[in-house]
Amino acid sequence: MDLYLLILLIFMIIGSIIAIETKKLLSSVISVGVVGFSLSIAFLMLKAPDIAITQIVVEILILVVLIRATISTDNTAIEKHWDTFSFVSSLIFFGLFLVFAFLAVHDLNHFGHPLLTVSKRYLAEGPKETHAANIVTSILLDYRGYDTLGEATVLFTSIVGAFVILRRRGRKKKSDQDMEKVGILQDEDIKKNFGEIEGDDDGSTGGR
Amino acid sequence: MDQLAADKSKGMTVIVKTVVRFVIGIIVMFGAYIVAYGHITPGGGFAGGVILACGYIILTLAFGRELALSKLSDTGASILDNTGALVFASIALLGYIGGAFFMNFIDHGTLFHLFSAGIIPLCNVAIGIKVTASLFAIFIALSIFGRFISKIVEEEEEE
Repeated sequence: MDLYLLILLIFMIIGSIIAIETKKLLSSVISVGVVGFSLSIAFLMLKAPDIAITQIVVEILILVVLIRATISTDNTAIEKHWDTFSFVSSLIFFGLFLVFAFLAVHDLNHFGHPLLTVSKRYLAEGPKETHAANIVTSILLDYRGYDTLGEATVLFTSIVGAFVILRRRGRKKKSDQDMEKVGILQDEDIKKNFGEIEGDDDGSTGGR
Repeated sequence: MDQLAADKSKGMTVIVKTVVRFVIGIIVMFGAYIVAYGHITPGGGFAGGVILACGYIILTLAFGRELALSKLSDTGASILDNTGALVFASIALLGYIGGAFFMNFIDHGTLFHLFSAGIIPLCNVAIGIKVTASLFAIFIALSIFGRFISKIVEEEEEE
């Protein structure tokens, strides 16, 4: 089991290095996807099916959105400059990270032995107290309800922010001259407002 | 040629559309199952909501944006998002009936039954609705708004 986990971790590290180093944006996105799918397999091997389901589904979603976003942008790689200062400083920070990581890991409990003793109570009393057979859900929505509320708030705020930023055009003005459709524009509106655009510009990938 | 161009503007090829037509029902049913059985089997509101959002996204990719937006418009998604958040917060506030915020005030029922565990399934459904709507909205915002915005910006830079 540990050997498989190590192989998966090495695979993930290789995937992330490729994602950073490769020239093409699309192959970089696919390498990130490889890392995510390996992570979901690792969660499944560590007997955490809840988080594995979430990880694999979110990974699919992110891959679709990222591929959709990268296909339409131009794919020029940034030229690399050999910068001595950034190389030396990243080496120093990597060394510092290794030292502190070694010190921190040294004091941790062994793998699989939790640091928080409250989790023992959750595992022992959870099904009896909440009558939810899935202990993870009973912790998320009963013992740690505040955390889930905060998580939902973060999601809500980020989506409102993304909508506000990406929309860019404001609400409808009152006079006819300033009328502009808010939200998704139809083809005739675009022609009216912004002149000609190319024909295959629609919401789908158009079979590419 | 015009016919071909019109077909192209409405999504992917016939093969993809046929497969999506078969698969979409199963995807939505699986998402609803994951949400509803979140307190018994692995899963829950967030994972099931993402699966349901993936169902809408696959509709958008295969059939073009008109069909997907006729099922759930961007305004509708925004309203559903707000509704889910409000329902979750109201369930938490209703806990004051039992004495405290987030109190599990409904009868707990028997273990392993679908209608058990008090407010947990209700919270799961609220979170599922919220996550579905918000992730679909963010997909619309990134894939459709974004393209038009980049066009507008390019034109402004040319001028």
